[in-house]
Amino acid sequence: MKIIVCVSLVPDSTTKVKIADTKKSIDESGVSFIINPYDEFAVEEALRLKEKNGGEVTAVSYGTDKSKEAIKKAFQMGADKGVFIKAADSNYDSFSTAKNLSDYLKSQNADIILFGKQSIDFDGMLIPSMVSELLNLPCISVVVKLDIENGKVIAEREIEGGKEIVESSMPIVIGAQKGINEPRYPNLKSIMAAKSKPIEEIPQTYSGNKVEITEMKLPPTKSSGKIFTNGKDDVSELVRLLREEAKVI
Amino acid sequence: MPGKILAFAESKEGKFKNSAFEVVSEASKIASETGSELIVFAIGTVMEQEAKVLAKYGAVNFYYTDLNELNSKSAKQNFIYSPSAFAKAVSNFAKSMNASTILLSATSLGKDLAGRIAIQTDSTVFNDCVDIKTEGGKITASRPVFAGKSIVDIRTDSDKITLSLRPNVFKPHVGDNDKIEIHKVDVDSLGISDADFSSVVKEVVVSSEKLDVAEADRIVSGGRGLRGPENFKMIEELAAAIGGATGASRAVVDAGWRPHSEQVGQTGKTVSPSLYIACGISGAIQHLAGMSSAKCIVAINKDKDAPIFQIANYGIVGDVFEILPALTEEFKKVVSK
Ligand SMILES: Cc1cc2nc3c(=O)[nH]c(=O)nc-3n(C[C@H](O)[C@H](O)[C@H](O)COP(=O)(O)OP(=O)(O)OC[C@H]3O[C@@H](n4cnc5c(N)ncnc54)[C@H](O)[C@@H]3O)c2cc1C
Ligand SMILES: Nc1ncnc2c1ncn2[C@@H]1O[C@H](COP(=O)(O)O)[C@@H](O)[C@H]1O
Repeated sequence: MKIIVCVSLVPDSTTKVKIADTKKSIDESGVSFIINPYDEFAVEEALRLKEKNGGEVTAVSYGTDKSKEAIKKAFQMGADKGVFIKAADSNYDSFSTAKNLSDYLKSQNADIILFGKQSIDFDGMLIPSMVSELLNLPCISVVVKLDIENGKVIAEREIEGGKEIVESSMPIVIGAQKGINEPRYPNLKSIMAAKSKPIEEIPQTYSGNKVEITEMKLPPTKSSGKIFTNGKDDVSELVRLLREEAKVI
Repeated sequence: MPGKILAFAESKEGKFKNSAFEVVSEASKIASETGSELIVFAIGTVMEQEAKVLAKYGAVNFYYTDLNELNSKSAKQNFIYSPSAFAKAVSNFAKSMNASTILLSATSLGKDLAGRIAIQTDSTVFNDCVDIKTEGGKITASRPVFAGKSIVDIRTDSDKITLSLRPNVFKPHVGDNDKIEIHKVDVDSLGISDADFSSVVKEVVVSSEKLDVAEADRIVSGGRGLRGPENFKMIEELAAAIGGATGASRAVVDAGWRPHSEQVGQTGKTVSPSLYIACGISGAIQHLAGMSSAKCIVAINKDKDAPIFQIANYGIVGDVFEILPALTEEFKKVVSK
């Protein structure tokens, strides 16, 4: 089975966002970067598919040089190959990401292409479905369970208040959601093995950015709240305020 | 003359979702601000009877395709939804009407379709918008990034744009329009073929009849402070008293006390209710990421220094075991009035 997993590098989820002086991006000083948490689910699923069906797992990332770190993390978990599509600069949007990934993917004839359901930086929730449209392949987003039997896919997709049971043909694009599996921790052996795995670097095929961030800001700060300290005795006052002041009840 | 604005009105079992009213209402506002024409499109069953409810939100021209007729284009049987066929239907309809702006709601369906529609209609797409402005006929949007820790204002030079709107954020505006023209769209005009049904939804499993946390306007969430799964009864009772949904922190989801579908936060759901009551939740940055855009946040925690109090509009420092039952009783008194 030819398995490809697309991974991206994002600021650690504990990052306290500081806005850069340009007011158009975050201030990256002191920020540590990690593989997108949802992509770990995708890598884990890729490895399980390989363990069950044979084949190889290739991790692909598009971006600037530091994106290679995401591929290295996939190596540590057990991916076999890595492909880095080098962006000329960091000025790209979801479409150019999807376009560059799909330009590479279209010659690869993978059986399955896995993504995280969403990246936790720009929370685009777009790349898997855009890539699938560009490649004319079926895509199941937000997958919490995946079964592949005799070239047929049955997946569970999370929706409001439940899940959809989706049936599909192969090849397929999958967006992995938490719950699909429990990603493995790299062990010492796999961390050592990862060091010697080469990353193939290829140039981007498309450049362009139609999205302009005019301003990045912090969410409006709440004026300091009314905090009561008499426990149970404050309950009726709280409810009164929720009705009369906040008008939410 | 700017291109038309198309609002995709999502429905379920023949009824429009609340988020459809938000989308139609916002699209109607954009249309009047930019001097363009609004068209509303839906795919579903029994649309003709239902469509009238959209008039008061500003819909004057309603188009729909019958879901069963759409599905009959497939050789497969007994299915509910096909992402590609839906995306193609919306896209081809938008193209045939010369719509340059497409609005949907950022529900699980809308987010599934937005990227596909953007590729098919060659438009620039923003998911999960929380604000939309028009300036000189151009649309700018705001959307949360870094799980809500920051907000970006964005614009595009492209002349086509697809936007999904976060549910519960745009309040539907009721106007005095009561006239709506209903047009049935012939499936054959949408260019759908069997190939568009490579993946289909065979079945929907409802995990509970309860309101989903992502759709609720009032949420009561519990964390590790509840000490055990059995005590979430207090959370459920409080939620029931105010007609809200129950949520949870990751700590209690990971512990198996609550289902993952209830998790609020960076790796759970992002919610924007009017009222969010956090009980026994410390307020870790990843939890705040999912709920900080709630209009009114109430925190109940025994630790006065818990970070949740920093973003709370109201709070009580105290024991959940004492406060929750009292709060439920108090709400019952006023809500039933
Ligand atoms: C990559 C990543 C992603 C994450 N994503 C999420 C996410 O999506 N959502 C999420 O919630 N977390 C997430 N987390 C976890 C997060 O960091 C916290 O660990 C988690 O939110 C803590 O849950 P809690 O508040 O229930 O527990 P705790 O932090 O243990 O807090 C319990 C609180 O209860 C209070 N308490 C105890 N007893 C009582 C009592 N009797 N009465 C009143 N108060 C009491 C305590 O004072 C304390 O403040 C993520 C972490 C990582 C690393
Ligand atoms: N630059 C990138 N390179 C490779 N994969 C990416 C990149 N950006 C996003 N992805 C993949 O697309 C998924 C969804 O991202 P997004 O649509 O941006 O939220 C991520 O979880 C990754 O699997």
